Amino acid sequence: MSEPLPASGARLALLLGGLGLVVLAVSLGALFIGSARVPPGDVLAVLTGRIKGVDQVVVLSLRLPRILVALLAGGALAVAGAGFQALARNPLAEPSVLGVSSGAAFGVIVAQVFGLGGSLVEAVGLAACAFAGALVAGGAVYLIASRAGGLPVHTLLLAGVIVGIFFSSAITVLISVVDFDRLGGVVHWLLGNLSPIAPTSLAVFAALTAIGGWLVIGAARRLNLLALGEESAQQLGVDAEGVKRRIFAGAALLTSAAVAFAGPIGFVGLIVPQTIRLLLGSDNRVVIPAALLGGGAFLLLADTVARNVIAPAELSVGVITAFCGTPFFIYLLRVRAADPHL
Amino acid sequence: MTPLLECQGVAFAYAARAAGEHAFAIRDLSFDVRPGETFGVIGPNASGKTTLVRLLSCVLTPSGGRVLLEGEDLGRLGRPAVARQIAVVPQDVPHGFPHTVEQLVLMGRFPRAPRRFFESMEDRAAARRAMEAVGVLDLRGALLDRLSGGERQRVMLARALAQEPRLLILDEPTAHLDLRYQAECAGLLRRLSREGRLTVVLVSHDLGFAAELSDRLLLMSEGAAVRVGPPETVLDEAVLEAAYGCRVIVDKHPISRRPTVHLVYPTG
Repeated sequence: MSEPLPASGARLALLLGGLGLVVLAVSLGALFIGSARVPPGDVLAVLTGRIKGVDQVVVLSLRLPRILVALLAGGALAVAGAGFQALARNPLAEPSVLGVSSGAAFGVIVAQVFGLGGSLVEAVGLAACAFAGALVAGGAVYLIASRAGGLPVHTLLLAGVIVGIFFSSAITVLISVVDFDRLGGVVHWLLGNLSPIAPTSLAVFAALTAIGGWLVIGAARRLNLLALGEESAQQLGVDAEGVKRRIFAGAALLTSAAVAFAGPIGFVGLIVPQTIRLLLGSDNRVVIPAALLGGGAFLLLADTVARNVIAPAELSVGVITAFCGTPFFIYLLRVRAADPHL
Repeated sequence: MTPLLECQGVAFAYAARAAGEHAFAIRDLSFDVRPGETFGVIGPNASGKTTLVRLLSCVLTPSGGRVLLEGEDLGRLGRPAVARQIAVVPQDVPHGFPHTVEQLVLMGRFPRAPRRFFESMEDRAAARRAMEAVGVLDLRGALLDRLSGGERQRVMLARALAQEPRLLILDEPTAHLDLRYQAECAGLLRRLSREGRLTVVLVSHDLGFAAELSDRLLLMSEGAAVRVGPPETVLDEAVLEAAYGCRVIVDKHPISRRPTVHLVYPTG
C-alpha cells in the first residue's frame, strides 16, 4: 500500500469523478445486456426515442429501473457498512453480519402483511417499518455486546448472529402464519433479488439514500476522531455521543431503505468499504463517499452477472455477493482481524 | 499574576456503578496553575489524578465548585472552545488505530474549525510544525502500531501541539517508556515549556520525574489535595508516608539537587 496522501477536496473530487465514470460505464453495459435479446442498435434507438413497443418496455421499464435499484442499494449498503465499521471500530461489522438487515427485513414483512405496496405513502410506510426493525435489531446487538470500555469483536459478532437468527425465525413464523398469497414474491425477495420497482418507490429510495448518506458522510471527519477513543475525541471538542447516534441512525436508515426496496443483500457492506480501505487508506472522508459509488457499481455488476449467467433463468444477486463475500470474510477473519489496519 | 487555570472547591463523584468500580469521589479540591509554569500532579493509585484530568479537560463536569480558565467557567466555554486552549496528551491511542501519524496530528486541528470537512493549508502547516518540533516528521506516513512507545508518545505530543494550546495536560507521559525515552521526554517538555511558553500540567506516577520538571507539585490522596507547593516542600517523608502508606526516604538528585524519593523495601 502506498503512503496515503492527506485527504483534500480536490483529491476526493478526482476520485469521485473517476468512480462516477465507472458507474456510468457499468450502467451502460447493463442497459445493453439481458435475457431478452435486444440488439445494441435497438437499445440506442430506444434511448433516443426512435423505437417504441416491446424493446422500449424491456429497456426503459425493466432494465433501467433495475439498474437504478442496484446502484442505490449497493451504495446504501456500502455506506452503511463503512459507517458501522467505523462506529464499532471493527472491520467485520456490516448490516447483515450485525443482524440489522434481518431486523429491517422483519419490518418489511410486517408492512407487507398490512399490504403496503407501491404508492408514495405506502412506500414511505414500508421504509418506516424497515427502519423501525433495523433500529430494534441494532439496539439489541449493541445492548447485548457492549461491555464497559468498548465493543469486543467476538461479542459483537456473536450478538449480531444471535439477533439475526431471531429475526429470521420471526420472519419464518410470519410467513407460515400469514396467507402466503398476500406476501407475493417474498421468498424471492428474501434471497436478495433485485427487481424493477415503481417510480414512486424509486424516488423514496433515492431520497432516503440521500438523507442517510448525508448523515454518515457529513460526520466523517468526526468519525475519524472517534478512533482516538471517546475521551480523546471529547477533549478535541467532538460530541462523541451525538456522532455515534448520528452515524447509527444514518447507517440504519440506509440499511432499511436497501432492504425495503431491494431485499436483504449481504456482504456488500463488507466487501466494498474494505476494498476501498486496502486501496486508499482509512480516512472516512474518502472511504465513505467512495463506498457510495463503488458499492453501486459493485452491486450492479453482480446483478448483471446474476441475471445473465444462467439466462433465461435468473440467479439471486445475493448469491453472487455471498460467493464474493464469503472468501473475503474468511480472509478478514483469519488474516486481517489480527492486524486491524485495513 | 492571574492564574491560567483555577480549581475552586471542585467536587465530583461517579454515579454508583453495579460491579467492578469502587466508589470514588473528588472532594473540595482547590489549586491554581500560573501562566508559564509546569505544575505536577502526583498521588497514589485511585487518588483522583485521572478524574482530575477529565475535569480539567471538560470531559466531566464538576458536581460542586468550578474549574476556571482565565476566569471563565469551562462548562460555559464548551468543549471546542476549551480544546482551542487546553490540549491533553493521553497515555496512548487505542490498539489498531487505523490512521497514519500525519492524520493523527491533523486531528489536533479539529477544534480550530470543527465545521470544516477537510483541513486547510494552514492546518497542514501547523501539523507540520508540530511534527518537526517533536522530531516525528519522518514518521508522518507510518501507522501508529508500527511505532515504539517513545515514538508514539512524541506523536501524541505533536497532535497536542497542533492544537496550538496555551495549556498542555500530560497524563502519565512516562507510563510506557523506558529510561532512554523518559530522558527524551523530559528534555522535550523542558524545551517546549521554555521556547513554546506553554503552561504544563504534568500528571505522573513517577515522583522523581515530576519533581525534576515541575515548578510546583500537587499531592493528591483519596480525591483531596494533601499539599501544594514547590517540590521541596511537597516531597516530605512524613507527608508521603501518610499518603502512600509505605516508608520512603527523600534525598537530593546528585546533579539537579531536586528532591528524589527512594522506596524503603520491606525485608522478608
